[in-house]
Amino acid sequence: MAVKAAYENYSGPNRDAVENFHGNQLVYIGWDEHMMFPCAGVFPLPPQMPFGAVIKEVVPAAFSLHPDFANIDWGKVEWLLDGKSFNPTLDKSLEDNGVHHKSLIRMITPGLNGINNSGF
Amino acid sequence: MEQAKKMNMKEKYNTMTGDLAWDFSYKTEAEIFPLSDFEGIKIEDWSKWQDPFRLTMDAYWKYQGEKERKLYAVIDAFGQNNAHLGVTDARYINALKIFLTAVTPLEYGAHRGFAMTGRAFPGVGAQVASQMQSIDELRHAQTQLHTISQYNKYFDGLHDPFHMFDRTWYLSVPKSYFEDALSAGPFEFITAISFSFEYVLTNLLFMPFMSGAAYNGDMATVNFGFSAQSDESRHMTLGLEVIKFMLEQHPDNLPIIQRWIDKYFWRGYRLLGIVGMMMDYMLPKRVMSWKEGWEMYFEQNGKMLFDDLARYGITMPKFWEQSVEEKEHLTHQLWLTFYSYGHAAAFHTWIPDDSELDWLSEKYPVTFDKYYRPRLVYLREQEKAGKRFYNPSLPQLCQTCQIPMVYTDPKNPTKRVYRETTYKGDKFHFCSDACKEIFEHEPEKMSQAWLPPHQIFQGNCGGATIPDVLKYYHFTENDGGEFLHSRDNANWNMWKGLTPDEEAA
Repeated sequence: MAVKAAYENYSGPNRDAVENFHGNQLVYIGWDEHMMFPCAGVFPLPPQMPFGAVIKEVVPAAFSLHPDFANIDWGKVEWLLDGKSFNPTLDKSLEDNGVHHKSLIRMITPGLNGINNSGF
Repeated sequence: MEQAKKMNMKEKYNTMTGDLAWDFSYKTEAEIFPLSDFEGIKIEDWSKWQDPFRLTMDAYWKYQGEKERKLYAVIDAFGQNNAHLGVTDARYINALKIFLTAVTPLEYGAHRGFAMTGRAFPGVGAQVASQMQSIDELRHAQTQLHTISQYNKYFDGLHDPFHMFDRTWYLSVPKSYFEDALSAGPFEFITAISFSFEYVLTNLLFMPFMSGAAYNGDMATVNFGFSAQSDESRHMTLGLEVIKFMLEQHPDNLPIIQRWIDKYFWRGYRLLGIVGMMMDYMLPKRVMSWKEGWEMYFEQNGKMLFDDLARYGITMPKFWEQSVEEKEHLTHQLWLTFYSYGHAAAFHTWIPDDSELDWLSEKYPVTFDKYYRPRLVYLREQEKAGKRFYNPSLPQLCQTCQIPMVYTDPKNPTKRVYRETTYKGDKFHFCSDACKEIFEHEPEKMSQAWLPPHQIFQGNCGGATIPDVLKYYHFTENDGGEFLHSRDNANWNMWKGLTPDEEAA
């Protein structure tokens, strides 16, 4: 469907086009079963940033306040990229891992499901 | 000299409304009313527009003037009697902060919108009704500002509502809702605001705030509520009449109107979640729970309304069942969200005391003790240990409703709902099937949304750090954060002579 407008060929700027982010792209990162962080966070990251650097620098800044964070076994973390199961290569860039502008990364930590296993 | 015969009511109404219209001599109707047909609504006969109130312009000015005089007399008395000390406790004022920053600017938006419809509609009855409502809405914005400014002398967070409304991350929720309607055509605007908002959902906006004010000793707010009440009942009646008028004019109008009803029911429901959070968490003396309010005003009264409209072919708004499924979770999830972003809000957040947690258990027997009480108790312990929790990341927002994507699957309340679509090669994210569908119907429009976290990263909000952004919002250091440590709380305890043990929360 298309919008009905007062004049023909109505369109406007895509407010969040990747060009507007000064060389970065937006990446959303959420941690399943940890509702203490009620939603995924949004981060402006260089597309060339290695996935390993995201784990080392971005993810702790976002989630390390949770007591489960210190107990994460990073070898066992399961990742979802835009809803699909995903095996990131840590020394490859976001771009080369298929993480595009406004991609959503979800982190699943088996055995760690929030305070007292409550999903919080 | 012969005196002119006094007009009866009908003659007076015709003279003072219908005859106010102009006859055109050198322009066509299409040239004068260029916005009247692009939405696809077909009107065969504007004279069929019925004004149920038959309110003439001279009577309108007389009634409104009387209401103003009464209202301002009460506001004066408020100031002279230190009435701000009469509220239940300082937590209550935070409900007013939400009202002033999120609702009062909508009154002003409605003033603009009805000025637009008054100009855009070709029929004189609709023009006059729009003009009166436009003036009403401006009056409501003014009376709310003047009333609540009494509290601004004593409490934080009330000092700059319109500036905050245009910039602040969570206030983009009401702003985008209203601007979606304002930037549409006149028929969509009047369906959105007069029918979906003023008629279907208004009880869930004004009842919580006005009854909440009465329960919590805020007579100033009760007073502007009364002053607006007769206007509101006129607006509600107009909302229903507008829908019936459009539906009776042409059968082609039905699917267009049904889609608008679906869209603005859902957007309005998402917006009202913030009011629900206020009802369940922010009023020291509670009126009713969000769940009870939704059952009474939507599931029962709303259902009756839509049963009545069934003869025109109108059905219950699409996705209404989802709103019912969410009712046991909605307010708890939103309060926890604002609590975790409390450092970036212009009102205070806190953990309810034990008696309040018990009230929530009683009102939400299925979900509260199972899911939400343990979270609140955990956060309270963290706060007591000096580790008040604040979420360090900016939130992912829904592209349509602009609320952080915090909603969960009601059948699985620790699983967030994630929906997405692609438009012109870019991804867009949504909190629900309903918000996704609204986007997909008008992607040219909705892809232009001004999402505050993204705007911060584009460099349009004063800087890259939280203090930079809060300065851009005109928040002061005393506006947000934990209530227990707030200046509002300290002042209140001092004014009332309370010790820390006796204080609220």
